[in-house]
Amino acid sequence: MSARRIIAVLLENEAGALSRIIGLFAQRNYNIESLTVAPTEDETLSRLTLTTCGDESTIEQVTKQLNKLIEVVKVVDLTDGDHIERELMLVKVRAEGAQRPEIKRVADIFRGQIVDLTPDAYTVQLTGPSEKLDAFIRAIGRAAVLEVARSGVSGIGRGDAMMRL
Amino acid sequence: MAEMLSGADMLVRALQDEGVEYLFGYPGGAALHIYDAIFKQQKVEHILVRHEQAAAHMADGYARATGRPGVVLVTSGPGATNTITGIATAHMDSTPIVVISGQVPTDQLGTDAFQETDMVGVSRPVVKHSFLVRNAAEIPMAVKKAFYIAASGRPGPVVIDVPKDATDPNAKFEYAYPKDVAMRSYNPVAHGHSGQIRAAVKLLLAAKRPVIYSGGGVVQGDAAEALTAIARRLDYPVTNTLMGLGGFPGTDRRFLGMLGLHGTFEANLAMHHADVIFAVGARFDDRVTNNPAKFCPSAKFIHLDVDPASISKIIPADIPIVGAAAPALTGMLGRLETELERNPDAIDRDAIDAWWRRIDGWRGRFGLDHDQRARGDAPLLPQQVVQAVYRATRGEAYVTADVGQHQMFAAQYYLFDEPRRWINSGGLGTMGFGLPAAMGAQFAFPDAQVVCVTGEGSFMMNMQELSTCMQYALPIKIINLNNQALGMVKQWQDMQYGGRHSHSTYKDALPDFVALAASFGHAGFRVDTLPELEAVVAEIFSDKYKDRLVFLDAWIDPDEHVYPMAIKGGAMNEMVLTRNGGPAPPP
Ligand SMILES: Cc1ncc(C[n+]2csc(CCOP(=O)(O)OP(=O)(O)O)c2C)c(N)n1
Ligand SMILES: [Mg+2]
Repeated sequence: MSARRIIAVLLENEAGALSRIIGLFAQRNYNIESLTVAPTEDETLSRLTLTTCGDESTIEQVTKQLNKLIEVVKVVDLTDGDHIERELMLVKVRAEGAQRPEIKRVADIFRGQIVDLTPDAYTVQLTGPSEKLDAFIRAIGRAAVLEVARSGVSGIGRGDAMMRL
Repeated sequence: MAEMLSGADMLVRALQDEGVEYLFGYPGGAALHIYDAIFKQQKVEHILVRHEQAAAHMADGYARATGRPGVVLVTSGPGATNTITGIATAHMDSTPIVVISGQVPTDQLGTDAFQETDMVGVSRPVVKHSFLVRNAAEIPMAVKKAFYIAASGRPGPVVIDVPKDATDPNAKFEYAYPKDVAMRSYNPVAHGHSGQIRAAVKLLLAAKRPVIYSGGGVVQGDAAEALTAIARRLDYPVTNTLMGLGGFPGTDRRFLGMLGLHGTFEANLAMHHADVIFAVGARFDDRVTNNPAKFCPSAKFIHLDVDPASISKIIPADIPIVGAAAPALTGMLGRLETELERNPDAIDRDAIDAWWRRIDGWRGRFGLDHDQRARGDAPLLPQQVVQAVYRATRGEAYVTADVGQHQMFAAQYYLFDEPRRWINSGGLGTMGFGLPAAMGAQFAFPDAQVVCVTGEGSFMMNMQELSTCMQYALPIKIINLNNQALGMVKQWQDMQYGGRHSHSTYKDALPDFVALAASFGHAGFRVDTLPELEAVVAEIFSDKYKDRLVFLDAWIDPDEHVYPMAIKGGAMNEMVLTRNGGPAPPP
């Protein structure tokens, strides 16, 4: 049974560390749906969130192989427990004349903000689980979407679950 | 006052402080500051090879024979890329080597400078780890970490890429070699979990048809003694993988021989019918399991390995134990003694005796040389050559092999009673490995008998090293099982491609190997009949040639195949046993 997984990785903030992770996925034929990475409050560490899918034994191998990389400090499969998942999307939408209030209304429903505008387009900023962002695009209609920039998923455990050294 | 050294001097000093005996290398522009630093000292001996691939195999052979990391030094670009096959070979077989490559100066990185290759990038999929030195001050710590990472946990190759400016002889830094190293991101496990060990012992004791299946992890993990003690205490049968030979004494009656694709009838059958399989330092490679779906249908698996990623990767383990082989097996042995003290009848002796009777029946009917026995004298068979070498060296030599039929014959017919004596490229299957690996072993043990069993195809992939052997007076004995063909390829073509020998022969284009050896200053012999064999082999291993490299060109039956051979996609009990014999009879 193949399922979508969100895996969080703490790794040494060193040159080349990221390429090893990406290389591992390519080399072992694991798929990556999205990947985000940035330094943490401790600047010697980066935190990376990646979404992948696979059956249980594949995901077990993914986490074991990640752990084997020398620069990886910690690996947690967030999907094992309660967690919060967010993605940021910036989307440029055609918005002319009568469409403008309609687009604005849909953006409001999705708790999006209009962060830039021109006479015939809005740039909407949205955050939420990936499905919510997908749903927004469906609601607006693909034809109206001019450009999309998505951040990829970032995630954290709920409650007391803490990922630290 | 701290000592002030240049980056190049620090690098060489760090190698000295690490206790490095040999550097296998080849110079070039980006490494010249380092070469100058080597020139000014005597502690680390540099061995000038003839091809960088061979340098990596030499370091690997040294590492396999000693357990200590082998070290390579090469220049940037082609020097670095030439080592890749050697690095990948070490990676697949988990052996500790450290490869130091020169690199273009930092300010030229990424400019497609002369002899620039992204060595860290090119080697990335085949290393355990790599370092790009950013400035000279990092050198001592990079060396310290490289050796630590290469040799600890599941060993493997580590690359240190050193830009030329970091070795500038005019820029001096305070030198101190770090005493120890702690890395928050790397903490290999040592002892196995005691609860798991208890559970494993319980399952082992309850077994009625047990098999111990051990691999390279036992050899590399210096656990042969502990494994042997356990197997003997229990009186259970043991089979070894190609990488694991010598992990249990080959002459012990409990030894079933190698298992897998070319494993013995009794080893493969015992696996197939086992109820408990104890896998130690083995990784259920496809050359062992054949079809995982049909693999050992009635067995429960205990799997001990230092690398958690090896456990349950191919075959789910019932009792996984993550740990280094030696301490975990010692822990198991202790636990076993406690259990047996408490309950001396814990082992079902009747069941084990019955199991041994079955195994001995298989061994008696279809053991390794059942077919050979019936074939008489001519032509000379490769198996006979290996057996003659075995007798002449009393089974005590370091034996390296290349890749092909000759490798399998050596693995099947030379019985290893000690670990680290059998040195071959099991995982990557690298033709060209044998000679340089033998050189590494001979450098490690100058007085030991070192034999390279090769095939004419493999030998020609690194034969330039005969010149290096001359320069350093290495008395290796090379046994060339000459079948005038890429025999293993030809065997597959015989068995699976209707005998169409597409590009697997070169009969009329082979060199005169005796003359070839002589041209490098070595001794050469040729043999092609059984009656001559014993005398020739005795001579080349006699005192007369104690200090010389000897090349024995043994012309063997070109049509011989390696058997048993597992039937593709089958279970472990499905094998072809002889050329015309077809599949093995159902036991
Ligand atoms: C570098 C490399 N290239 C190709 C192969 C594929 N291969 C495996 S065995 C073999 C034939 C080896 O011939 P030889 O060394 O003469 O040994 P033989 O099988 O004849 O004993 C080949 C080509 C390999 N293992 N390594
Ligand atoms: Mg051959």
